[in-house]
This record gives sequence, structure tokens and C-alpha cells, in this order.
Amino acid sequence: MSQHIPSISNFSLSDPNKYSVENLRSEEMIISLGPQHPSTHGVLRLEVVSDGEVVVDVVPHLGFLHRCFEKHAESLPFNQIIPYVDRLDYLASMNCEHAYVMGVEKMLNLEGKLPKRIEYIRVLVAELNRIASHFVAIGTYGMDIGAYTPFLWLMRDREHIQRLLEWLSGARMLYNYIWVGGLFYDLPEGFEQKVAELVPLIKTTIKEVKTLVEENAIFIKRTANIGVLDRDLAISYGCTGPVLRGSGLAFDLRKVDAYSVYPELEFIVPTGKGLVGTVGDCWDRNHVRVLECEESLGIIEQCIDKLLGEHKRTPEFKPQEMVPKKIRPAAMDMYVRAENPKGELGFFIRTDGRSDIPQRLKVRACSFHHLSVLPTLSRGAYLADLVAIVGSLDLVMGEVDR
Amino acid sequence: MNYQPSDFLPIFVQLAAAMGFIVFTMIVTHILGPRRSTKLKDEAFECGIESQGDARTPISIKYFLVAILFVLFDIEIVFMYPWAVNFKQLSWTGFWEMAVFMGLLLAGFVYVIKKGILKWEK
Amino acid sequence: MEPTNTLFMAKAVIILVVFAITLGVAAYSTYFERKIAAFMQDRVGPDRAGPFGILQPLADAVKMFMKEDFIPSHANKWLFIMGPCLSMLTALMTSAVIPFGDTVTVAGVTFDLQGIDVNIGILWVFGIVSLGVYGILIGGWASNNKYALLGGIRAASQNISYELAMGLSIIAILMFSGSLSTKTIVEAQQNGHWNIFYQPLGFIIFIVCAFAECNRTPFDLPECETELIGGYHTEYSSMKLGFYLFAEYINMFISGAVMATLFFGGYDYPGYEFVANKLGETPAAFIGAGALIGKALFFVFVFMWVRWTLPRFRYDQLMNLGWTGLIPLSIYNVLVTGIGILSGQPIIAGIAGFVLLILGLIIYDQLTVKKKIA
Repeated sequence: MSQHIPSISNFSLSDPNKYSVENLRSEEMIISLGPQHPSTHGVLRLEVVSDGEVVVDVVPHLGFLHRCFEKHAESLPFNQIIPYVDRLDYLASMNCEHAYVMGVEKMLNLEGKLPKRIEYIRVLVAELNRIASHFVAIGTYGMDIGAYTPFLWLMRDREHIQRLLEWLSGARMLYNYIWVGGLFYDLPEGFEQKVAELVPLIKTTIKEVKTLVEENAIFIKRTANIGVLDRDLAISYGCTGPVLRGSGLAFDLRKVDAYSVYPELEFIVPTGKGLVGTVGDCWDRNHVRVLECEESLGIIEQCIDKLLGEHKRTPEFKPQEMVPKKIRPAAMDMYVRAENPKGELGFFIRTDGRSDIPQRLKVRACSFHHLSVLPTLSRGAYLADLVAIVGSLDLVMGEVDR
Repeated sequence: MNYQPSDFLPIFVQLAAAMGFIVFTMIVTHILGPRRSTKLKDEAFECGIESQGDARTPISIKYFLVAILFVLFDIEIVFMYPWAVNFKQLSWTGFWEMAVFMGLLLAGFVYVIKKGILKWEK
Repeated sequence: MEPTNTLFMAKAVIILVVFAITLGVAAYSTYFERKIAAFMQDRVGPDRAGPFGILQPLADAVKMFMKEDFIPSHANKWLFIMGPCLSMLTALMTSAVIPFGDTVTVAGVTFDLQGIDVNIGILWVFGIVSLGVYGILIGGWASNNKYALLGGIRAASQNISYELAMGLSIIAILMFSGSLSTKTIVEAQQNGHWNIFYQPLGFIIFIVCAFAECNRTPFDLPECETELIGGYHTEYSSMKLGFYLFAEYINMFISGAVMATLFFGGYDYPGYEFVANKLGETPAAFIGAGALIGKALFFVFVFMWVRWTLPRFRYDQLMNLGWTGLIPLSIYNVLVTGIGILSGQPIIAGIAGFVLLILGLIIYDQLTVKKKIA
């Protein structure tokens, strides 16, 4: 192999050993936030150089949750990769599965040939999972700022969603429900009705969270005009999802790529408008997530209508009918992307056409890109702002480290 | 009402009770608890990472400026206590005198704030 | 010599009873804090130890005692032990000057339901409370841990900053009473002339400062877990940690009692005269003691209520609020009170403060984003 391996010196910008006690200036201090720290949401380690309350620089250290996903995938058949995909963004497994499965189906030329009911069910569960994921993000963000109560309220209602998905798939977080060419099972009887019952409940919770957290004067003081991410900067760092939309660009792959049945559904793409501060501040990013929950509820309601009406349950419907026995796509390079709760989740898959395992599977993880913007955002901010900025980026380490 | 220094005597009962409670608790917890020291347990907590340097470093001067300011202003405020207690006897004269004093105090106060003593950004 | 001796014994008994009440209330505050938090958060809360989890504080105490009493070798051993002890000592020493009730006669001895009635009453509270910060600072520094150090330093600068505004807000009260004795302050408020009506602004300043002095949310920066893990008590374990936490609850109760004394008439309650005429002075005074404790407990509840509702400030915002917000406000309050008293209409101060508060609320409502968000 004649691959060009860049020399280590090219990476000096992200040198993990940039700071040591010897090369600090007077009054500066190295503080580690993480890997075991309540506000890094997982096993992220932030090496903070601080001057009293002010952050001089942040060096993120990754790899505490590295599980060799991409290497594992090179030795597994396509359908067996799905459970590993679940563990990327473990807060939104359905969305991860949806993206990956779409890619494999595209390679098998199954795209658009599946029954509509399957597509609607996929969108329904993905949107349910999106709400669950955003609830964790909003709740833990409140906790980062110091409000503990909204976190438990949101966890309580996320529990309902998880129960529903457990009923559906048998697992609470890592579902393995969406299969290549179909689904694990049809929805359980009465699932649609239960979801319809849940929607108003979640609407109330979102309203409560808006009044308790978003409109709170202290919360606004802590998040408005903090960690302002310029739109151009966001684009150049490859930010997507609520982080990019918080910076004011209505970029949503559900609209841009219009995959699955999203073109048939009505929803708007909320963007940050700088209601309480500058466009692209922490408050905007959080607000976009709250608004997206409401949009997802709308999508869920439309899906339920379709699933009870046009594409209702029939005895003939078999969700595993089109699941291929052997998945062996032709030799090709394929990049597939989908709108995850946290941003654009992309899979690059290379196949050689001779085996039923991918030759290479590379994940474009949105959290990874969002993490890369963190040092730029937090230089010169307060120590407490750093926590607010990390929370607003909504990182999931399962995805960053893979 | 006459106040005597002996009014303070019962405070020693409280001091004894508090001291007794604290010393007793400290000794009991020292005796009851197990003692299993390990090298890792002995390290300073730094989120599971080996600490870089210890906490015996110079800390930002900003914290101490607040302390110095406090000493200044607290002494000024202490002057107001005897005035407040005798406020009704001192009447308007005392009021205006204190208003002037507060004016001076506020002038100094505005000066330090304008100087940016509470600002962390450079 | 004989009557002085009996009086001293009576005072000693009062002090010990108050001491026991303080410890009991603080212990059960931990239980009720968890229960109230659970209620607000749709949870059950502690329910395993005894019926409704009522024995939880006991179980906690046993747990604290049985934990390893660990002193890191890199810490300064004696300072490390001294920190929590000092915190606890200062917390336990303040209750002496709080007047729990009027004169009672028990077994032929007539005395006041108050540990010590001294002419510096309220200054005693302030003196002891400001010593409390040493406990935190010493503990934070002795741990030789960066989080603890930052927590300790934050605590020190926060506590001293809010002490200024607190001291200033008291001055207006002293102008009414003309005495530093807590007993005199309470007596000046009898028959419903509570200071809160004349000093709404002073009360608001005082309660905000009390939150800051007790290191409670929204001012719990010294121990805020999202930045500093445990803050100044990161390295502490067993009963030494317990002392820090316990001291916080004692301080909450004491500051509640001080607030009741200064602003809410102390042991006064509606119908005090009537009860005193019907049942006699002694039962009325004991009911008054109950009323005071009730008021103090209400403030403890407010402390908890706020903790589970509000997020916390950032360090510089906290400093700005203390220095540029509360100090000018309390000076304004002192001046207005002075004008009110000297012109013979003390209610002026109350009205002026109240108007300012309403104005502030209206301005806040205009500036606030509620309309924009909705």
C-alpha cells in the first residue's frame, strides 16, 4: 500500500500535549473537566487552561468510548451491522438505523420500492426517537445551567416514548428495529392509538419547559449572547442540525434531500432568530431543539393519520417480506446521509461486489464536527459559559468516538 | 434596660454544647469508619485523570481585589451602625451628615466599578 | 446570687433546647428537601427508611458515620479537619441571640425565651456568620485540589460581597428600633407593626443576600456540580462532608429565624394580645415561639422551593448583582427610610420601596422576552 501518511507535525493545531504545567503563564491553571464530570455528558475530557474564571483555551481529548465501530463493520454482514449502528448515537438509535438502512437499500436498488406503510412507520419511530433525544438534550442543558427540575420532567416523558419503542422492538434504547428492506415487525396492535394519546401530553410538557426554562431570566442571562456561532463559521466547521440551524441557516436534510416520505409531510424548519440575544448563541440552539420537538409532534400526528387511514394495517402486510436473504450489493462507493436529531449523520460505504460485508464503512458523525468548534467558541469565555456551550452543542460521545 | 457583660455568660453553654457535639462526632466517625487507603484513592480528584500540578499555584488577582474592596466598604458600613441606632436623636442634622458620607462612599464606589474591578475580560 | 443562678440555669436550658431544635430541624430539612424536590419533580423521594422514609435522616447519619474518614496525604491534615468543624461551629453558635418568645414564668422563675439578650444582638449574628466563610475557605484550600480551591475562593468572594448589602439592609431596621438588640427589634414590631410593611425593599435585599450567604441556588457557585464537581467539598467524605452539608441546613434555618425576627415580627402573631389575656402570658409566649419557628420553617421551604425552580448565576453576574445592584439599592433604602422616619411617616419607606419593586417588575416585564418567545 502506497498510502500517504501525513507527518505528526501537520496536526500541531490539535496537539493534545499543547499545555503542561511548565509552559503556563502566571495565574493560569490546568483544570480537567472529564472524563468523569457531570457536565461533559459522557466520557469527554476537556483540558481547560483557565485564568481564574476565564477560559484561556480548551483542548478536547477523545477516545474514552472508542469501540472500533468502523473496523468492526468491515467484518460483519450488512444486516448485522445495524445493532452496532444503534450504538453510535445511542440517544437516537432509530434515526441512526434509518440512515444506515437507507444507504444499504440504495445500494440494493430497493429505494422507493418498499411499501408506504413501512416508510411511514420508519418516519414515525424516527420522529419519536428525535423527541426523546431532544428531551435529553434540553433537559441536561437545563441541568448544566443549574435547573434540575426540568430535567426530571423531560426524563419522565421520555420514559413514555421509550416504553412505546420497547413495546415495538423489545429494547429501550438500542432497538435493531429498522431492517434492510423492511422492519423487524409491524407495529403492535394499538400502538398508533397510544402514540396519539401521548402527543398532547408531550405538548404540555414542552409548554411547561418553555415557561420554566426558556423564559427564565437567569437562564436567558446565562445563555443569550454566549458562545455565538457565526453562520459562516458554522458552515466551515461542518456543523449541521440544530447547531447550524441555531446559527440561522434553515438546512434540514429532511427538506434538502427529501428522503423517505418526508416530502409528503408538512413541517417547517425552525431556525435561530436571536430572539433574546445574537443569532447563533446558546439560547438559540436550545430553542431550535424545543421548536423541533413541536414540529416532530406534527409529523407524528400526520404519520398516525396515514397509518390509520391510507396505509392501515392489513393482514397481507408483512414487514419482513422484502428483506433480502443475502445482501450483496454491486461494487460501488455510496454516501448516504440523513437528518439525525444532532445533525447530519452520514455513512460512506464501499463494497467490492464479491462479498456481503462492506470493504469500508466510514461514519460522518455530527457530534464530532460540533466538538471541533468548541475551542473556538469557548476561548475567552467564563468557566461557567464553557459548560453552557458544551451543553448547547449536545455532544454524544458514542458518536464522536465510535 | 441595662446590659451587663454577664449577659454573655450563657453563650459559653452554647459554645460547650457545640464544641462537644463537633468533637464527639469527629472522634466517633474516626473510630467507626474503616480505613483502607490505596494509592489511587490518595490522589487528588481530577475527574479520573492524573492531576497536572497541584492547587498550590498563584490564583487570579481578581478574587483578591474583591476581598480588598470588601474590607474598605465593610469598615464604612460599620460606621453607619452607631448612626442608625442613634438615628432618631440625631434627627435631620445627622441624616444630612450621613447623606454626605454616603455620597462620598458612593463616589468611591462608582469609581471602583468604573475602573472595572468586577470585569474579567481584558 | 441565688436568683442569678436560677436564671443562668434557665438560660442554659433554653440554649440547649434551641440547640436540639436546630439540630433536629436541620436533620429533617434534608428529608423535607428531598421530599419537596420529589414532589416538584413528579417523584416519590425517600420512602424506604421507615414509614414515608421518615427515618431517612437517621439512616443518612449512620451512613455518614460508617464511611471511611479519609484524609488525602497531599492535603494539610489539621486544616482539612478544621474546615468542616469551623463551618459547623459557626452555624451552631448563631441561634443564641434569636428571641424565641416573650417573658414566661416556669416553676416560679421568670425569664425571656431567648438564649442571651445582649445589646449587640444582631451584630453577634453577623459576626458569627462572617466567620463561617473561613470554614469553607480553609477546607477548600487544605484539600489541595483545584476544584476545591476554586470553590473555596468563590465562596469567600461571594460571601463577603453579599455581606455588605446584607449589612446595609439591616441599617434601615436599626433606624426604626434604635437598638441592636434583637429583643428590642421584635418588641418594636408587636401588634402587627411588622417591619415587612415598612421595609419591603430591605426584605428583598436581605433574602437575596441570605440565599448567597447560605450558598443556595441560584447562588450555589461554590459547590456547583456542573463546573466544579463538588466545589470546596470535593475531597471530603464521611462526617466531615456531613458537617458541611449539615451546616448549610442549619444556616438556612437560622437565617429563616433571623428574617422572621427582623421583618416578620419575630414571635408576634395575630391575636397575641387576645391569647395572652385569655390564657396568660406564658402560654401565649410559648405559642409565639411556635409561631417564630413556623415562620422560620416557611423560609426554609422558600429556600428549597427556589432551589428546585431556578438555574444558577455565573460568577461575574453574581458579583455584579451584589455590588452594582444590591448595594446602591440598599443605600437608597436607607435614605428613603431616614426621610420617612424623620418626617413622621415611616410608611413612606414602605411605599417607596413597594413602588420601586412594582416599577422594577413592570420594567422587567417590558424588557423580558416572554412576548418575543411566544
